[in-house]
Amino acid sequence: MPTTIFRDGVRKLMEEGAQLVDVLPQEEYGQSHLPGAINIPLKELNRETAEQLRRDKPVIAYCHDYL
Amino acid sequence: MSPRAAWRLEGLGFTEVYDYAPSKVDWFAAGLPMEGELASVPTVCDIARGDVPTCAPRENVGEANERIRGTGWDRFVVVNEERIVLGLLREKELASDPEATAEEAMRPGPTTVRPDTPAKKMAERMHKRGTASVLVTTPDGELVGLMYREDGEHAADEQA
Repeated sequence: MPTTIFRDGVRKLMEEGAQLVDVLPQEEYGQSHLPGAINIPLKELNRETAEQLRRDKPVIAYCHDYL
Repeated sequence: MSPRAAWRLEGLGFTEVYDYAPSKVDWFAAGLPMEGELASVPTVCDIARGDVPTCAPRENVGEANERIRGTGWDRFVVVNEERIVLGLLREKELASDPEATAEEAMRPGPTTVRPDTPAKKMAERMHKRGTASVLVTTPDGELVGLMYREDGEHAADEQA
């Protein structure tokens, strides 16, 4: 079950090498995203696109709205 | 959207997956770094004066007055130990009973704005309302600084 995380937790995990995934459409990602985040829009999230993520590092997904 | 993405990632075999539920809105509102096209747009965080004087709720108004003399500032932001904004001591409050505590004399609940608000937009809003300055805080209420409208207008001129 994915763990809900908050800002301080994100910062800590980023320092430890976690991978950030912005799941918004490409246009919104282009306007603004967290440092180092990669863009895999939710509609395109599949086995193939997920290949760019390492499996031995934590993955943090985020979008735009508050739930 | 991100909860579904997190579940999907788990379904794809990732074992340590997190959902940053408050989203990038929360991140930027805290004044944290941004990448992308909007990263070059000046925000109130860029121009807020972080050296605005602060005082503790239990400090006496008289002590605060002593401390502010000669600094060029005309107000204190009353903050707790976590730098959470509680109120303001402006000239009017600083002229009140010197034995009163800041907490007793302050104007509580001042208006605040988030650090990621575009400086130009904020300056325009302040101009319409006739406001000269506004406090900038994180979404948690932590003090970032004090933004002056003239600084926002200057930033807008430079942006144009």
